[in-house]
Amino acid sequence: MSEAAMRPARVALVGNPNTGKTALFNALTGSRQKVANYAGVTVERKEGSLVTPGGRTLSILDLPGTYSLRARSPDEAVTRDAVLGRLAGEAEPDVVVAVADATNLRLVLRLILELKAVGRPMVLALNMYDIAQRQGLRIDLAGLERELGCPIVTTVATRKRGILELTAKVDDLIASGALSTANVWREPSAGEIRDAHREAQRILKAHVRPPEHPDTMTGRIDAVLLHPVAGLAILFALLFLMFQAVFTWAAPLMDGIDASFAWLGTVVGQGLPDGLIKDFIADGVIAGVGSVLVFLPQILILFFFIILLEDFGYMARAAFLMDKIMGGAGLHGRAFIPLLSSFACAIPGIMAARVIDQKRDRLTTILVAPLMTCSARIPVYTLIISAFIPNATVGPGLSLQGLVMFGLYSAGIVSALLVSFVIRKVFWRGAVEPFLMELPTYKLPSFENVFRNLLLRAQIFLSRAGRIILPLMVLVWILSTFPGPPPGATDPAIDYSLAGMIGHAIQPLFAPIGFNWQMVVALIPGFAAREVAVAALGTVYAVGDAEANVGALGARLAQHWSLATGLSFLAWYVFAPQCAATLGVVKRETNSWMWTGVMFAYMTTLAYLASFAVYHTAVALGAG
Amino acid sequence: MHQLLAEAMAAPAPGLTRLSQAKPGDRGVIADVRADHTAGHGVDVHELERRLLESGFVEGATFEVLHQGLFGADPIAVRVDDMRVALRRRDAEDVWVQLESK
Repeated sequence: MSEAAMRPARVALVGNPNTGKTALFNALTGSRQKVANYAGVTVERKEGSLVTPGGRTLSILDLPGTYSLRARSPDEAVTRDAVLGRLAGEAEPDVVVAVADATNLRLVLRLILELKAVGRPMVLALNMYDIAQRQGLRIDLAGLERELGCPIVTTVATRKRGILELTAKVDDLIASGALSTANVWREPSAGEIRDAHREAQRILKAHVRPPEHPDTMTGRIDAVLLHPVAGLAILFALLFLMFQAVFTWAAPLMDGIDASFAWLGTVVGQGLPDGLIKDFIADGVIAGVGSVLVFLPQILILFFFIILLEDFGYMARAAFLMDKIMGGAGLHGRAFIPLLSSFACAIPGIMAARVIDQKRDRLTTILVAPLMTCSARIPVYTLIISAFIPNATVGPGLSLQGLVMFGLYSAGIVSALLVSFVIRKVFWRGAVEPFLMELPTYKLPSFENVFRNLLLRAQIFLSRAGRIILPLMVLVWILSTFPGPPPGATDPAIDYSLAGMIGHAIQPLFAPIGFNWQMVVALIPGFAAREVAVAALGTVYAVGDAEANVGALGARLAQHWSLATGLSFLAWYVFAPQCAATLGVVKRETNSWMWTGVMFAYMTTLAYLASFAVYHTAVALGAG
Repeated sequence: MHQLLAEAMAAPAPGLTRLSQAKPGDRGVIADVRADHTAGHGVDVHELERRLLESGFVEGATFEVLHQGLFGADPIAVRVDDMRVALRRRDAEDVWVQLESK
């Protein structure tokens, strides 16, 4: 083949949500994937590459799912602009692969008609073809190919069927020199949508015979899961199970990670001569990294549930069940998914708010998302709870510690609902966004997709830990080591350090809520990322006491803090905007320093008031 | 005057009801999707009409109300042709349907 014939090509995957587009992307690219953001927007950009049987390199772009190019949300706008070649810094795709759920063609046909108007060479991938065959759905492939004027490939992405054929078809299309025709797409009016629908209906009628055995499983499952009473009970049971799992399942793994880092610290410590270098590596780096990595199991368990429920098709049901409850607080039913993601981390949660089409609803969701208990708070909560709450059992399978944790989560949820209610009353009234959402067919999640998604989450967490948290730990170590104590000093060394000076200087501000200066020192790096406060407390106390490790930190805190102080610290962490990255994302998503400022101000105020109330109540009850 | 005129024009064909009035188990055919609803929506009525159309609520589509929420019987889950869609009753007001007699 000639040089020109084998040039690399760009392929964009476009389709409705829930068509297995991401599964197809995974099947095509395997582990050769990169995740980044599109320039200027925080929409996740997923790209992968593969080499076709003919030897051509294809770079595959997985675009956000959409029902129409008439984009209504930032996610859908990315899809539209990528297809139209309007996206800044993004070359237009050589070939568009339209991904369709073979069992649900009606709406995707309308999208395909829109894509045809754009005029790029296109291949249609009829995914989930095995389910269509099992249902006895007959699709006249040759007729449909003629009608749509584009090649069709049947695929079963979860079993990697049809993948080679798909890449071969794309390759053929490029080799045949198929060129884009003129782009005649424009935003359709209501009348044009009706016409397109009628056209889709005609094509469907001509080439697709309805299934002999239509899916009845989804209806039967919905009868239970969408039952007004049982459905809600199941939803709450699921949420409760998730949080119990985060604590009980993760425990052995966390103990393992904890022990390995303690071991590593000892081994490295023995191999090095006493002095600054040894302190830096053992106390600063290894203890710091260990105290962050230890939370990876909890984050993965939480994401495991979220990804599993999403792939199963349950998340839309959860939004349905929660819509009225969230609507009462002035939130959109769809806010349920961003807010649920915020339990893992407010950053993906705030980014997921892009699924809410309307600006006001999106803004409300963004403003309250950080009140949801993100996984970065878990280290702080776990540490304080294990130090101050007795490990007692209050019922079968219920521990007092677990109950306190549940209470902290509830405090976050209740305050988020109250705040969004107030936002709606104060900032805007009346206007309510329509709530229209497809309830996808239930599907068994594929192990590989869940696994790949989890891997992605782990990577994102680890790179964050590496890039943000590690340098901060080093900074904290430097701040708390230099300058060293004068010869013959009797107080702990950190008292003389920079960190000690800063802590002492601003501690009076925090005295009314019962914080000592070590806590204030820990809050400073904790502002960069919440969980850093734990490692910082470890460093502050380890440096002050010379030999503490992360596991013993809880016991040390129990010696140094009163119960009232511990509870006040918990209350602070429920509300405080202790995360610079979140504020950065809010700025990017709202494109407004004003709203970022509003968030910072209201959360700090709430945190201070809550800690003040908790501390003084506890002191009055004799826990001071 | 304009109000009266608008309401007279908006009057549906006899025998039609709003989808927002339907109960679980009700089924039939979507007769008319029209942007004449005057309550305060967050988006303008024409945008609502386009969104309804894009979700499959198109004249001629068959439907069945499948489920409703616990509080205020809202939102509702509707089968439209071969898809399932969830929507709030207030957004279903603009969809006029011909109920199948049971």
